[in-house]
Amino acid sequence: MLKDIFITPFADMIDAPDFLLQVLWEGLVSGILYALIALGFVLIFRSSRIFNFAQGIMVVFAALTLVGLHAFGVPAWISVILTLGVMFGLAVSIERIVLRPLVGQPDIILFMATIGITLFLIGFGEIIFGGENKVMITEELGIPTDSVLLEPWGGLLILEEKDITAVAVAALLVIALLAFLNKTRMGRAIRALGDDHQAALSVGISLQTVWVLVWFIAGIIALVTGIAWGARAGVSFALEVIAYKALPVLMLGGLESITGAIIGGLLIGLSEKLFEIYWGQPLLGGNTETWFAFVLALIVLLFRPQGLFGERIIERV
Amino acid sequence: MLYRTAGQFKTSYEADQALFPIKQDAFLLGVILLLAVVVFPLTASEFTFQTLLIPILIYSLAALGLNILTGFAGQLSLGTAAFMGVGAYACYKMITLMPWMNPIVAILLSGVFSAGIGVAFGIPSLRIKGFYLAIATLAAQFFLVWLFEKWAWLYNYNASGAIQVPNLEMFGVYVSGPQASSIVQYYVVLFIVGLLTWVCINLTRGNLGRTWKATRDMDIAAELIGINLMKSKLTAFAVSSYIVGVAGALFVFMWRGAAEPNLFDIPLSFRILFIAIIGGLGSVMGNYLGAILIVGLPVVLNLLPNALGIPIGSATVEHLNIMIVGSLIVFFLIVEPHGLAQLWRLIREKLIIWPFPH
Repeated sequence: MLKDIFITPFADMIDAPDFLLQVLWEGLVSGILYALIALGFVLIFRSSRIFNFAQGIMVVFAALTLVGLHAFGVPAWISVILTLGVMFGLAVSIERIVLRPLVGQPDIILFMATIGITLFLIGFGEIIFGGENKVMITEELGIPTDSVLLEPWGGLLILEEKDITAVAVAALLVIALLAFLNKTRMGRAIRALGDDHQAALSVGISLQTVWVLVWFIAGIIALVTGIAWGARAGVSFALEVIAYKALPVLMLGGLESITGAIIGGLLIGLSEKLFEIYWGQPLLGGNTETWFAFVLALIVLLFRPQGLFGERIIERV
Repeated sequence: MLYRTAGQFKTSYEADQALFPIKQDAFLLGVILLLAVVVFPLTASEFTFQTLLIPILIYSLAALGLNILTGFAGQLSLGTAAFMGVGAYACYKMITLMPWMNPIVAILLSGVFSAGIGVAFGIPSLRIKGFYLAIATLAAQFFLVWLFEKWAWLYNYNASGAIQVPNLEMFGVYVSGPQASSIVQYYVVLFIVGLLTWVCINLTRGNLGRTWKATRDMDIAAELIGINLMKSKLTAFAVSSYIVGVAGALFVFMWRGAAEPNLFDIPLSFRILFIAIIGGLGSVMGNYLGAILIVGLPVVLNLLPNALGIPIGSATVEHLNIMIVGSLIVFFLIVEPHGLAQLWRLIREKLIIWPFPH
């Protein structure tokens, strides 16, 4: 028993290094996507202290809108632009209808409101686009769909080009976002609001504009995530489950930290794949990916209650 | 006018702290109990029992359990459904291992198991707070549901992986299983829900309840006045999980008749959280109001198109339902963030001083 836990998995890893690399690559790709969703959460949490549960469903909604528009005969790239328009409309209406009347309410009320938005979007999306699984318009968007075969140590490693594209686009998106937050006026306004609401308001930063902007950025991130994940697994409301995966990423990385979201995402993506392949399937009957990330994050939190990169929680009485 | 409190004087501290300091409240409760015990069972059809009466009571109980933890002790939990599952599976195992056991005793005992698991998953709450804790309870949610699926001993190695409720007899009457009649099940549920509600009302009014509320309002201050936070939080987890576990056992044994692991998946947790929040956090009565709304609304919405003669596919109705429930949640949060219980409190205030505005 102990041998199965502590020795066999590592022996397997050394025996088949190409397979190990394959597992790591798969973990890296899903980790990047978790990180992207977590990034949307972090942006909204930092600027408004709203724990946006709807982020995951925004991913599905964006992907569905894109595919749905294309199915109506709109050219691929124009559908992307139109989808961005829809996400902007969504951001404006969420701010107007839901958030504005709820300013200053306790955190849990705002959290519940985002769950309400989630349900609304699920129902709305299913009525308009239907609930069946759809194929992401990968080729129409010009994303390569071949795969690269590598042969490290005489083994075989398959890298799908769409995954490589996803990783590259995600990296670009993160860099652009960091540049936006750190170098532009609007970005500084977002960070200022995150630091102190009242102080930011008193120097003339508009809460409404920033909130719309932040939700719109979250919408853009959702669209990118939706395209990348949809290319791997098709577009349907089953994608929702990956939104839950972003939650342990947030816990691990800390709710306020962008770096934390990225590193947490990669860490969880890699470790859950490794655990599933080398421990979960042989010892526990598989499908451990549903809970492993949560348990890992829980254990980390026991030692660092604010996550790995979160702001230190200082309590004053 | 109906709620005039003039002339009702309290001459002792006990009378002032009584459960119903105002006569009309006691009268109202009497009317509700009369409806629940006599009128509904006599008039309800099989359909009403199965879609409204029994589920509303069970959901209220589950929400009450969650409310103890979230509303009274301030620890947000998203893993309610998993603890319901623990109760249901524990009850199933007890009944199949010891078939001579009285079903009501088995249901009440099954809560003990979920209380134990609840305390185990509550231990992190001593260090983790707020949303971090909420996500931590999701660990319980996903892990336990996975366990229900993989641990074949739990469902007696059935090929289907589901649990089937056997016919259970008590004093010569079938109380659960395919042969039980709805009215018997309704009375069993009503008895257990009523009993636990009564216990909860008194718990939350007593010493333990005040400890929980102090912890909720500010845990550091509570600690400073000598409240043992560990005891307070863990008892909240234990009591809450106990009630949720009993609700889970009722859910399967008195209503669904069978259960698969994914029945206890996260949508059920959220459903119960909605009931607790729309009903009103920190209120016992709110859970009932919330459950009536959340359970009753889809039933009404399903009947509505037929009644109006509009032909809509059942899938569309279901999606419309989700959409409407979502918007209603937002609507209620905007109108009254403290829930339906607060709405009732306001109405009651107004009734007491009516016809004067102040």
